[in-house]
Amino acid sequence: MAKGLFGSSLMKKFWMSITGLFLISFLLVHCALNALIFANDGGMLFNQGAHFMGTNIIIRTMEIVLFGGLIAHVVDGLMLFFQNRSARPVKYAYEKPSASSKWYSRSMALLGTLILLFLILHLYHFWLRTRITGLTVQPTHVFFEGHKLEDLYGEMKFVFSHLWVVIVYVLGCFSLFWHLLHGFRSAFQSLGLNYTKYKNGIAFCGDLFSVVIPTVFAAMPVSMYMGWVH
Amino acid sequence: MELNSKIPDGSLDQKWTKYKGNVRLVNPANKRSIDVIVVGTGLAGASAAASLAEMGYSVKALCFQDSPRRAHSIAAQGGINAAKNYMNDGDSTYRLFYDTIKGGDYRSREANVHRLAEVSANIIDQCVAQGVPFARDYGGLLDNRSFGGTQVSRTFYAKGQTGQQLLLGAYSALSRQIGKGTVEMLNRHEMLDVVIVDGKARGIIARNLVTGELERHSAHAVVLCTGGYGNVFFLSTNAMGSNVTAAWRAHKRGAAFGNPCFTQIHPTCIPVSGDHQSKLTLMSESLRNDGRIWVPKHKEDVEAIRAKRLKPQDIPEDRRDYYLERRYPAFGNLVPRDIASRAAKERCDEGFGVNATGEAVYLDFSSAIIRYGKAQANVKGIHNATDQQIIELGTKVVEQKYGNLFQMYEQIVAENPYTTPMMIYPAVHYTMGGLWVDYELMTSVPGLYACGEANFSDHGANRLGASALMQGLADGYFVLPYTIGNYLADEIRTGKISTQSPEFEEAEKNVRKQIDSLLNNNGTEPVDHYHRRLGKVMWNECGMARTEKGLKWAIAEIQQIRKEFYANARVPNQSLYMNTELAKALRVADFIDLGELMCWDALNRNESCGGHFREEYQTEDGEALRDDENFKYVSAWEWSGDPSAPKLNKEELIYENIKVQQRSYK
Amino acid sequence: MEKGMNLKLKVWRQKSTADKGGIVDYNVNNVSPDMSFLEMIDVLNEDLVKKGDDPVAFDHDCREGICGMCSMFINGEAHGPNRGVTTCQLHMRSFKDGDTVYVEPWRSEGFPVIKDLMVNRGAFDRIQQAGGFVSVNTSGRTMDANAIPIPKEDADKAFDAATCIGCGACVATCPNGSAMLFVGAKVSQFALLPQGQVERKDRVLNMVKQMDEEGFGNCSNIGACEVQCPKNISLEVIARMNREYLTANVKPEN
Ligand SMILES: Cc1cc2nc3c(=O)[nH]c(=O)nc-3n(C[C@H](O)[C@H](O)[C@H](O)COP(=O)(O)OP(=O)(O)OC[C@H]3O[C@@H](n4cnc5c(N)ncnc54)[C@H](O)[C@@H]3O)c2cc1C
Ligand code: SF4
Ligand code: FES
Repeated sequence: MAKGLFGSSLMKKFWMSITGLFLISFLLVHCALNALIFANDGGMLFNQGAHFMGTNIIIRTMEIVLFGGLIAHVVDGLMLFFQNRSARPVKYAYEKPSASSKWYSRSMALLGTLILLFLILHLYHFWLRTRITGLTVQPTHVFFEGHKLEDLYGEMKFVFSHLWVVIVYVLGCFSLFWHLLHGFRSAFQSLGLNYTKYKNGIAFCGDLFSVVIPTVFAAMPVSMYMGWVH
Repeated sequence: MELNSKIPDGSLDQKWTKYKGNVRLVNPANKRSIDVIVVGTGLAGASAAASLAEMGYSVKALCFQDSPRRAHSIAAQGGINAAKNYMNDGDSTYRLFYDTIKGGDYRSREANVHRLAEVSANIIDQCVAQGVPFARDYGGLLDNRSFGGTQVSRTFYAKGQTGQQLLLGAYSALSRQIGKGTVEMLNRHEMLDVVIVDGKARGIIARNLVTGELERHSAHAVVLCTGGYGNVFFLSTNAMGSNVTAAWRAHKRGAAFGNPCFTQIHPTCIPVSGDHQSKLTLMSESLRNDGRIWVPKHKEDVEAIRAKRLKPQDIPEDRRDYYLERRYPAFGNLVPRDIASRAAKERCDEGFGVNATGEAVYLDFSSAIIRYGKAQANVKGIHNATDQQIIELGTKVVEQKYGNLFQMYEQIVAENPYTTPMMIYPAVHYTMGGLWVDYELMTSVPGLYACGEANFSDHGANRLGASALMQGLADGYFVLPYTIGNYLADEIRTGKISTQSPEFEEAEKNVRKQIDSLLNNNGTEPVDHYHRRLGKVMWNECGMARTEKGLKWAIAEIQQIRKEFYANARVPNQSLYMNTELAKALRVADFIDLGELMCWDALNRNESCGGHFREEYQTEDGEALRDDENFKYVSAWEWSGDPSAPKLNKEELIYENIKVQQRSYK
Repeated sequence: MEKGMNLKLKVWRQKSTADKGGIVDYNVNNVSPDMSFLEMIDVLNEDLVKKGDDPVAFDHDCREGICGMCSMFINGEAHGPNRGVTTCQLHMRSFKDGDTVYVEPWRSEGFPVIKDLMVNRGAFDRIQQAGGFVSVNTSGRTMDANAIPIPKEDADKAFDAATCIGCGACVATCPNGSAMLFVGAKVSQFALLPQGQVERKDRVLNMVKQMDEEGFGNCSNIGACEVQCPKNISLEVIARMNREYLTANVKPEN
């Protein structure tokens, strides 16, 4: 069992889908929380939520797991990518892949890499500043009902006041959309859960998720830049 | 040549049981040191190789395809017979036996056929145990359908892919043994000679088709399961690679060839469309369960159809001639193949053929669609269904039953068979003739066996539908594994057989010489050119109808083709490595010799029986006229060294349990 | 009869496994729309032989879509542009006069080229040998075929999986060069039948192990195989195999 747990092609797929689903669940939480900015209360609700997430021990532990999951997903993905490339040492002279599959299904590694690049920027913008270097916005804190909270909302407004950042974020969300459009269903297929009976249901949920989550994410920088939230 | 059929004593239904009870055995420890070569991995070969390996023999198996799974058996569509009587319609071992003998027009051996019927039920059990997904009914039990020449439903099937499913079953059993190391599998290998040492078959010469090298393989017994030789006609429903080479080389080494002229022309194949054609496609006989065969009654309708002024659908019922139903009311569209084919030829010869070349008749499903549609409407509780609804419902049922065949037809002909009747015409399909074998399936060369379509055994002058699969698996699973022990019991002290003997040397040299001469021929015409010419001669003169004059002409013509072939065939000689034309050339050389023998055999048999129809010998209403007094025998031809002077031996057929009579399906 | 088409072929020629190989141009004239694709190649080959050239080597046997031997990658698609058919069932009426047609062999680490368009698919046999069977000896003493009724739905599904002809188009098509559709089909057939239950776990573990050793790529659920499989084997068989494999790994012994 031990070797079978990691070595085989099917196990690689298994871990890909488990980590993928884990990241999907994270996306849901992350998205729900950040959507608090749309409460239009000057970021009060959002800052409280962020404070809770930043100080709760369980969440902080999960953060480590999350990084672990992300790294596993990336490493596993790269392994699959390189192995699959060597599975066809001589390429076809004439290819017509569009005849039988979707470009984004074939481009998961590329989309994943784009997302990763975006993620590095994103982590630099927010995670690094909240956890290590401190916020750049002045003042860095706001007070709410006697508690001193980091003004992450303010930081967001600051970051998203730059047009190029907004554009990069929106592009990142597009990559995420395509990545999820394939990844969501794929995860269920790899786990063998894609029973005929549930197939359409899973496909529907997957499509919905892939549209809604990236849209909501993309709406954040855009709305802030445009001044729709305040 | 002494022909001893070795039929055991006793009453017919006890012969096989008694034989098995008394046959000599080889103990397990000794089996390991006995080598058996099985040439061919179709139903017969795969089942034999797997079973022998399971028993403990050390087995080598060969096939010329890239995998044992691709043997020609894969293409069988319709089904496999077995006397299970699951349908409770009066079937029994005896009835299957009787139908087979009668269907074969009383030219097969009683004892062999009875044994076949006895083991038929075991085949189905064995296959189901292997995971073969036969068709089932809603109760989860096995479904059956009927085939030509019988009045019961005893045919088990897996949609239109029965051969595929059965072969994959045998292939999986074989794979299991290969995985265990008890069978050594040589793919892309072609056997080119049998090596005889001290009068016994002791090995073979094979060519590795990839590297082109000749190899020697020795064994204590050699089993040929190399299939039929229908490709002697160039166009047939056989796979492109099917050939007679293994059987023919064995014949040249002393194995008698039984009834070579008994060829089955299948009535329902897709008609020839042009000169480019490389093979013909069968439309399974199962279609005759539901399809009705007809041509127009009147010449003017024929003309209108050929000129595309009328569509077959436009011809009203009373202007159609359902000639099988008219001539054979008892069996109707389900008469045996030889009869259905001849009837189609008769109509077309009279000028009623419905395509441009005048060589096609209709196979029409419209009544079946309506019948099924009405039944479905009732089942679904639709009481006043419109015609349109009925047709839709019926079409669905027909699609369920024959979907893949209809699709295949549409691919080739580009016409929708659900709405326009199929066009069909007879084509060469199966060869009842083959290496002569005794009751133990041994040829006239000791230690050389033949199973499946490669032997002449069980089908007489005409094979019933769904019986070839049955015979192949019966031979391989249930007959040979017993009978071969009787011979090998004497071999336990022989020890490993050397491949360095002068006999191996000579055999290899022979083959090499032939290859060299073909390669260095510097001819001009590709091999196919000769094959096509041979095929045309065979089809015209040794096909559905034969005459003395035609056959004599054919013999002379074939001798001419042989001469030209050796003088002028062109085989590319850049390298031996995967030289596909060389492989073809070797096969065609043997087809030419065989073709001539078939004509000699047809010429000798001054009677009509089953698939062999000599125009001189027919009843007043055009049925085959047998001559039991003079021809109730198996022709076992012996190689004399000269393909134009074969020697005839006769094995008299003795009927103790069946009254030999004029076959009637009226 | 209609006037034949003229085609420009770009065919992969490679003398042997070790040879590097390359595309060679040929013209084939007066092609009838009723010809099959292989018959068109026959015409080309007859020409080549007459000229004393080496004909194009390609695999074929039944020429009716069932043996799984033919295997050409035509204009970027396994078995050509039509769906649900093999190369031998592809007819020239699917092409137009003047078309340029690329013909290449299956490309996969697991399928080394033997010559020209002919590849070695022994890997499929070895996967089958690793577990694609029910371990039942020939005996004539197995239980009666009707002793275990099998629900028609299961029997039909098993049959659908069993119709795989082992052609390898799935591998050839898959951007990852994965053999999952082929292996999944075999695993599914047995997993769905009562006869396959005893060895269910070992079977999937062993077959997957062999599949991995043959150098095929990893499935990433792209789905091209399903589209180009001539027998319309469904991706469902892959889902089932994943399921079988995971449960077998969680509970290796019965
Ligand atoms: C289209 C079609 C449909 C049919 N449908 C039915 C049906 O529904 N029911 C039925 O009962 N019968 C049917 N038949 C007949 C039946 O399929 C065959 O008779 C039967 O499968 C023959 O099996 P076999 O094992 O004897 O030979 P094959 O399956 O032909 O196998 C021959 C084997 O020998 C090998 N071989 C040949 N020569 C050499 C050589 N020189 N060296 C090495 N290897 C060699 C080949 O590689 C192959 O493995 C059908 C036949 C055709 C053509
Ligand atoms: S799954 Fe389809 S494409 Fe793959 S080998 Fe089987 S039949 Fe060919
Ligand atoms: S040649 Fe048999 S499937 Fe194409």
